[in-house]
Amino acid sequence: MSLPTVNLLTIRDLNVRFATERGELHALRDVGLDIGKERIVGIVGESGCGKSTLINAILGLLANNGRIDGGRILFNGRDLTRLDPKSMQALRGIEIATVFQDPMGALNPVISVGRQMRNIQYRSSLRNKEKDARSVAMLQRVRIPDAKQALHRFPHEFSGGMKQRIAIAMALMMEPALLIADEPTTALDATLEVATIDLLKDLQAGIGCSVLFISHHLGVIAELCDEVVVMYAGEVVERGSTSQVFNHPNHPYTARLLECDPARQAKRTRLLPTIPGEIPDLRHRPPGCIFASRCADHRSACQAPPPEIEVDNGHFARCIHARHHDENSRSRRP
Amino acid sequence: MAMFMLFCMIYLIPGDPAAVALGPRATEAMREALHIKMGLDRPVWVQFLNFFTDAWTGDLGREVLSDRPVLDVVMEQLPHTLILIAGGIGWSVALGIPLGAWAALKRGSPAERIIGIASVAVIAIPSFVIAIYALLVFAVHLRWLPAIGAGEPGDFKDQAMHLILPSLAVGLGWVGYIARMVRASMLEVLEATHIRTARAFGLPERMITYRYALTIAILPTVTLLGVGIGHMLSSAVFAEIVFARPGVGKLVYDAILTRNYPLVTGGVLVTTVLFVLINLFADLVVGSLDPRVRSRF
Repeated sequence: MSLPTVNLLTIRDLNVRFATERGELHALRDVGLDIGKERIVGIVGESGCGKSTLINAILGLLANNGRIDGGRILFNGRDLTRLDPKSMQALRGIEIATVFQDPMGALNPVISVGRQMRNIQYRSSLRNKEKDARSVAMLQRVRIPDAKQALHRFPHEFSGGMKQRIAIAMALMMEPALLIADEPTTALDATLEVATIDLLKDLQAGIGCSVLFISHHLGVIAELCDEVVVMYAGEVVERGSTSQVFNHPNHPYTARLLECDPARQAKRTRLLPTIPGEIPDLRHRPPGCIFASRCADHRSACQAPPPEIEVDNGHFARCIHARHHDENSRSRRP
Repeated sequence: MAMFMLFCMIYLIPGDPAAVALGPRATEAMREALHIKMGLDRPVWVQFLNFFTDAWTGDLGREVLSDRPVLDVVMEQLPHTLILIAGGIGWSVALGIPLGAWAALKRGSPAERIIGIASVAVIAIPSFVIAIYALLVFAVHLRWLPAIGAGEPGDFKDQAMHLILPSLAVGLGWVGYIARMVRASMLEVLEATHIRTARAFGLPERMITYRYALTIAILPTVTLLGVGIGHMLSSAVFAEIVFARPGVGKLVYDAILTRNYPLVTGGVLVTTVLFVLINLFADLVVGSLDPRVRSRF
């Protein structure tokens, strides 16, 4: 599986800090990832590992107490960290669109769906009638029944799954180059989750956009994504193609995370496995390996920042134990 | 319930209305005759039942001095009070909503702090104090605006000029309430997920502020104003007295001084009904602004 040469989004050495009342919080440290054109890249990690911060940093929507402290976010060759708010706003919704986790709260409750969809197209020179026609077409693509009528209805008149599909329709209406999906299926039940994933996959193929898909559901990531980025405590600990990461995890955190996936349990047990210990306090980030305090394999060398080692073509792990595939094992994937 | 309490309160006021109406030189026989005419010779509960049943048919009795139907007298004055209240709401909405929204948008700035302090200040100042000082400054010293009365009937401009100061006295305290309310709900709405979504869609900040956030943030204000009408009606009494304006407040005030009980009860009853109707109206307005409320009907 060769990686595309041209990346839509390249993030390098991104650091984000938040000023809090109890000291500065180093939320993202040296984060790097690549999203190729028309690729679906998943980010996995526990709650609080910096997934949402990363999205907000890309979108230029960090909270007022947060700031980007070094690093680059290259989107189509432009560094988003250097863009002024106006150009950033011009990018949002047209080139980068977002679907958020909570479909219940994602739509404005007092504005009709049609009006909200029309507002999103405010930059287009089409007439209102034509804008509405596009909205209807988009709603039909996400399989909203009676799409024409739906324009006159308000968000609370739809179910959670339908609201999420409407949110997806809104996000994809301007045919963005990058769709960021922040846990779009977490609030939905299992059946809807599968349906929504299928829908996203179809739409992505139809529009030809890249997707940055955030989830803590490993099964969904494996199902949907071409590549995976594993985040832990604000750092990218491992990244590579989905099969590389899932079949040959090189970072101990990834390995433990996969062991904890309920879907991978061979035996029935009373207690699901967990990773002992907790995420370190990001106000006092240890200088060395971020996972050291929870790692069974930790040595004195882990007190120094671990390098990002390329273990296979396009497969990186930030761990001193990581070895290049050829020297590490003879059992390469077919 | 309101009617029962009203009846009791009026009944418990000391003093014989017939004696006041007829003056000190009236004979015992004249007072007897008026008692019978007003029904004051009958038992209390009969008086209450009569009052209650008559009121339902719109008959609030006749006032003592001119012997005209109370309802007519009150209705004659009602438009003046309604306009005064409307002017008060106008002031409070026109100043309160923008100030509150502005304070929320400029969070942490000196402007927000000044608005916050000023809001509390105007809430704390009683409306009659505002009325008197407004009268002194703008009417007496600066002579920009007329001091007393409601203006020439039919002369719209004159009436409007006469309305500015009294309605300011009625509404200024509510500028503070509304500014604080709008600021608080605006801050809450701006944190909502759908505002983040709107930003992620690249909508202009202006559109987000005014169409996406403010339309939601003003909803509690409408309800607040509905309840606040009661407070404004009592402020209106002061404003009408200070500015010598006609109106229900002044009518009831004068009626109390002359022990013109049917007029007092009538005036208060009409005000109560007005309060209920305005609250109903406020709920309908909220319904028209918020589709979530509407769908529950």
